[in-house]
Amino acid sequence: MLRLGLCSLAMATAVGLATPGHAQDKTVYMPALLELSGAGAVSGTNFRDGMLLAIEEINAKGGILGHKINTPILDTQSDAGISRGQMQKVLDNNPYIVFGPVFSGSVLVDMLLTQAAEVPEIVGGEAAAITQKGDPYVFRTSFGQQFSMPKIANYIRDGVKAKTVAVLWVNNDFGKGGRDNFVKEMNARNIKVVADISTESGQTDFSADVVKLKGANADAIFVYTNEEESARFLREAKKQGIKAPLIGETTLLGQKVIDLAGGAAEGVKGHVGLSVDAPIPAVQEFGAKFQKRFNYVCDHNGIKGYTAVYFVKHVTEKIGKFDSKAFAKAAHGITITPKDEPGILMEATWDQNGDIDRESFLGQVVDGKQKIVGVLPKLGIK
Amino acid sequence: MASFIQLLVSGLATGAIYALIAVGFTLLWQTSQTINFAQGEFVMLPAFFVLGAMNFGAPFWLAALIAIALSVLILGFIFKYLIVDPMLKHGVLPLVISTIALSLFLKESAKDFYSSQAQPFPALVPPIDLHFLGAVISVQSITVLAVAIATVVALHLLLNNTRLGRMMQATAQNPTLARILGVPVARMVLYTFLINGVLVAIASILISPIYLAKFTNGEVLGMAAFLAAIIGGFNQVRGAILGGVILGVLDNLSAAYISSQYRAAFPLIILIVVILWRPQGLLGRAEERTV
Repeated sequence: MLRLGLCSLAMATAVGLATPGHAQDKTVYMPALLELSGAGAVSGTNFRDGMLLAIEEINAKGGILGHKINTPILDTQSDAGISRGQMQKVLDNNPYIVFGPVFSGSVLVDMLLTQAAEVPEIVGGEAAAITQKGDPYVFRTSFGQQFSMPKIANYIRDGVKAKTVAVLWVNNDFGKGGRDNFVKEMNARNIKVVADISTESGQTDFSADVVKLKGANADAIFVYTNEEESARFLREAKKQGIKAPLIGETTLLGQKVIDLAGGAAEGVKGHVGLSVDAPIPAVQEFGAKFQKRFNYVCDHNGIKGYTAVYFVKHVTEKIGKFDSKAFAKAAHGITITPKDEPGILMEATWDQNGDIDRESFLGQVVDGKQKIVGVLPKLGIK
Repeated sequence: MASFIQLLVSGLATGAIYALIAVGFTLLWQTSQTINFAQGEFVMLPAFFVLGAMNFGAPFWLAALIAIALSVLILGFIFKYLIVDPMLKHGVLPLVISTIALSLFLKESAKDFYSSQAQPFPALVPPIDLHFLGAVISVQSITVLAVAIATVVALHLLLNNTRLGRMMQATAQNPTLARILGVPVARMVLYTFLINGVLVAIASILISPIYLAKFTNGEVLGMAAFLAAIIGGFNQVRGAILGGVILGVLDNLSAAYISSQYRAAFPLIILIVVILWRPQGLLGRAEERTV
C-alpha cells in the first residue's frame, strides 16, 4: 500500500514537472536558448542576466496573470546546430513563448521550428533576414540591420564627413547581413568602400587585417564584428597605430568590448541602439540595478533581455490569457510606452514583421566609458 | 615594404609563441613518447592562474611567477604522475586518448570555475610603437619575440651545455643505454615534464594579451603547435622552433597577400606538402621501427 502510494506520488510529481505550462502549479513555461559559452558568450550572458532581473521583479509582484515565470535557460554554445536541437527539445514541452537566441545564425535556424509550432520567439538577433521571411512568430528586441545601417551611414556622411570608408566584418549571418546593408547604404550616399575585409568568428589574430586596413587609407573604418573579436581587433589597431576614425554599430562601443580592449577602444564612435548610459532616467536606473545585482556593467544585450520579458508581460496582460497565437497577433503593431509598462524603459513599437522601432543614440568612448553624444528619434515604422 | 615588415615582425612574434608550445610537444615525445593533445589547454590554463592570483591582489609580475610555479606543479609534476605514468604502461594510444579527455576536462573546468567569457589580460609592456623604414612596429611584438627567443636560447644552453642537459638528451636518444650508463632516466623524464610546464606558462603569458584569456584558446594553440611540430620535425627541438616560426609568418603573410578567408587552410597545405616531400619534417630525422 505504501509502495503504491509512493508510486502515485512519484507519477503525480513527474506529470507535474512534465507539464510546466499548466495553471494548477501557477507557473508559465517560457524557456530561453542563449549563448552562454562560445563566441557569443558575452551577448548571451548579458541577455540572460537582463531577463533574470526582469523575471525576479515580475515574480516578486505575483507574476504574469497570477502565474510565476518559469524560465529554464539552455546554452546553445553559440552553435546553430546545438541551438536547433535545444529548440526542438523545449518545443516538445509546449512553451508559451521562447526567448533567444542572440546569434542571428541560430535564430534563422530556430525560427523555422517556432513558426511551425506557432510559438512566438523573442530574439536578440539583428540580421536583416530574420524579419524578412514573413514569419509571424518572430519578434526582435533591438534594431534590425536594415534600420540601424541607414543611421550609421548618415553619421559617417554628416558627422565624420568621410568620402571613403573601409569595412571589416565577421563572416557569419550577423556580419554578412550587416556588411551587405552597410555597403548598400554607402553606395546610396556616394561614399566609396575602398576595403572590404571579412574575418572569422572567433578569430584571434588581426594583424594581417589591420595591415590591409592601413593600406586602404580610408577616411573612416567601420567595424562590424562580435564582442570578443571587436576587442582583439581594437587592441591590434592600437598596436599598429591606426589613425583613421573607428566607427561601430552598438557592439564596438559596448562596455564589455571597452573593458576587454583595455584602453584601445578610446575614441571609438558610432551608433548605439541601446545603452545604459542613454540620457533616459528609467534606462540609467535599470543600468544601476543591473550592476548592483550582477556586479558588471550591462551592455545592449542586457537591455534586450530585460525589455523582452516586460514586452511579453505587457502583451499577455493585454490579451488576458496565455495563448501563443493570440500573443503573436496582438504583438504586431503594438506600441508600449513606459507609462503603460515601466519595464519597457523606452517607448517601443513592433511592426507587422516583428521589427522594433524606438529612439537610438550616437556614442563615443571617453575615459573607458561609453558616452552618449546625441539622440536619434524613432523612425516611425508601422 | 612597410606593410611587409610589420607583418613579418608580427608573424615572427606569434610564430615564436607557437614554437615554445611545439618545443614542449617534442620534448615530451622524445623522452617519454607522450603525444600530449592537451598541450593547447596547458597554454590556456596558466593565464587563468595569473588572473586568479591578481584577483587575490598579487601584482602582475608576482602573479606570473605564481602561474609558472602552479603550471610546473600541476601541468608538469601531477600530469606525469597521475596520467602519463599509469597510462603509458598500456601503450601510446591509451595515453593519447587520456590527454584528449584531459583537454576537455581542463577546458570545461576553466569555463565553470572562472568564466565562459574572454577576460582582459595585461600586456608585458605598454603599447608603444617604433618607426622603422616607414613601418610601425609595436614594442609589444618585439618584447614577445625577445622573451620567446631568450627562453629558447636558455633551453638550448641547458640541453647542450650542461651535464643535466646531456643526460636528458641521452634519455631521449636511448633510454636503455642511458640507464646502463647510470643516467637517472625516470628523473630526466620528469624534468622534461617540468620544463614543458614552464614553456606553456611563458607561452600563455605572452599570447593572452593578444588572444584574451578564454577557455577555448587551447583549441587554436594546440592545433598550431601540433602542426608546427610535424612541419619542423616531431623528434627535433630545432625542428619545432622552425615549424612554429614558419607557421606564424606564413599565416600572417597569406592572410594579408592571398586571402584572409582561407587563412586557416594554408597551414594545412604546408603540412601536406611537407609530409609528401619530407615525411620526417623539415629538420626531423627519419626513424625506423622493426617488429
